[in-house]
Amino acid sequence: MNDMLNIALPKGRLGEKVYAMFEKAGFECPSIRETNRKLIFENEKTGVRYFWVKPSDVAIYVERGAADIGVAGKDIIMEYEPDVYELLDLNIGKCSMAVAAPKGFKDDPSRTLKVATKFSKIARDHYASTGRDIDIIHLNGSIEIAPILGLSDVIFDIVETGTTLRENDLEVYETVFPISARLIANKASFKFKNSLCEKILGELKAQTEVNDD
Amino acid sequence: MNFDSGVLDNNEKITYALRSLYSRHGYSQYKMSKFEEYDLYSGNKDFLVSDSVITFNDTNGRLMALKPDVTLSIIKNNRGFKGGVLKLCYDENVYRVSKGTGCFREIMQIGLECIGEVDDFCIGEVLWLAAESLKTVSPDFVLDISDLDLIGAFIDNISSDAEIRKALMKCIGEKNLHGISAICAQNSIGESAAEPLKKLIMTYGTAREVLTQVKELAAGIGAESAADSLARAVSIFDNYEFADRIHIDFSVVSDMKYYNGVVFKGFINGVPGSVLSGGRYDKLMARLHDNSKAIGFAVYLDMLEDINKEEKEYDADIMLVYSPGSDPARLREAADKLTAEGKSVFVAAEGNQSVRCREIYKYADGEVRSLE
Repeated sequence: MNDMLNIALPKGRLGEKVYAMFEKAGFECPSIRETNRKLIFENEKTGVRYFWVKPSDVAIYVERGAADIGVAGKDIIMEYEPDVYELLDLNIGKCSMAVAAPKGFKDDPSRTLKVATKFSKIARDHYASTGRDIDIIHLNGSIEIAPILGLSDVIFDIVETGTTLRENDLEVYETVFPISARLIANKASFKFKNSLCEKILGELKAQTEVNDD
Repeated sequence: MNFDSGVLDNNEKITYALRSLYSRHGYSQYKMSKFEEYDLYSGNKDFLVSDSVITFNDTNGRLMALKPDVTLSIIKNNRGFKGGVLKLCYDENVYRVSKGTGCFREIMQIGLECIGEVDDFCIGEVLWLAAESLKTVSPDFVLDISDLDLIGAFIDNISSDAEIRKALMKCIGEKNLHGISAICAQNSIGESAAEPLKKLIMTYGTAREVLTQVKELAAGIGAESAADSLARAVSIFDNYEFADRIHIDFSVVSDMKYYNGVVFKGFINGVPGSVLSGGRYDKLMARLHDNSKAIGFAVYLDMLEDINKEEKEYDADIMLVYSPGSDPARLREAADKLTAEGKSVFVAAEGNQSVRCREIYKYADGEVRSLE
């Protein structure tokens, strides 16, 4: 098991895009395209094994060494702060971390700001940097309804196209930082499986540079 | 005292082997109290791996803490040491918050500290002992060595702003080149200012492979002396059998408020994180009003639990089954005869099946016979 390079991919659309990049880089695994419920796929010829995991879990798999490398969003990396190498910005899965509020919202600094979010750590750090007194309401989904129901004043969440916000009469109040998918590596794996890690890094880097052009 | 070393678990074997290694190189075993006054840690929280400390009030009202760290205690208890070098080693439990559970854990840590007139040889010897410690655990190891003075010089080339420097250090630790570009863009710093630092981060490998390039990069920003200092430190490995396992890698970073010069981390194949961490901490000594220089490292035994793990097939070699009413003294004698043959014996009444044994013997009427 340890001889192969274990790669954690985020389940979903982003993961499919990422796999396409790995495939183009020469690390194909045809069985991954078959329609079934399998979560682990390997290609002995190329020496790689792919796992589909929940996007928010990729960083944990890599930090704990269950996966040698993986692809995780910058939001997950900033929230969890795994002790890993962040080797490459893949420039895909682009969106932003933003504060959104009901249209026309005006922040009243004399009151504690109630913030609903899945990203408690990032939100806490962000407001700590400005000295704003906040109350974090940690939610695991459907964050957008929190201000509508009076649970929070604002939400602190990922915004991609803004459609969900618009449909719930919310708007971006403040953009905090841009997000995209990053190639991360376990620090020990990067040393003991270095040549394969470097090869993948080089190939993916070439693809992102072409995309930039 | 004779005993079978087979009864030691893996971490105990590593502890005794490392204690013996350090003792052979003149490091004296240092035993310390489990508690220290909380003040020692509160003033240097950033030095600790986690800033949470278990505290309690002693009977005289003093606020005490269960040791979260060994180095601070050693410095405190040897304050005022003058002349030559103090070479101490320890194996102690420390109490820290685990990242995974968010709860306190007791962690066994073994390591050494060299304090006083620390010169190039002392630095080299500590690096060499770090490599030997890793080799003791597994020959499949890598010791990554970095230099904070050199990194500092490359960062000076970019900015003197504390927040920017902190963000750059984080990126260096992650080999995050795109992050460095983003920091430069956000702060209107020309990309060219960061190019030497990016090149330094990407210069990693064995000392033999990369030292010349490191010196060239350092010369480009006028940091030759820091590069020379690193070269002198790693020269201890010039004829080392495992020289290809000693790497220069600038992604090893530590807090520059406390550490300076050489810092290092050790990795073992099969363990997902670093198992050894150390460096020079002259700056910590200065913060504690001590002019001495110092260097040391710790091996984290909790990281090694899964190394060389042997599945125990049996709990004992022999199960000696006896019938109700058997004479205890004669039964004990029968068991002793078997243990004298070097076998472990679990003596049990009939019907006890909770223990896995290689063989089952029956004791009846003063006789022992095999059932299998």
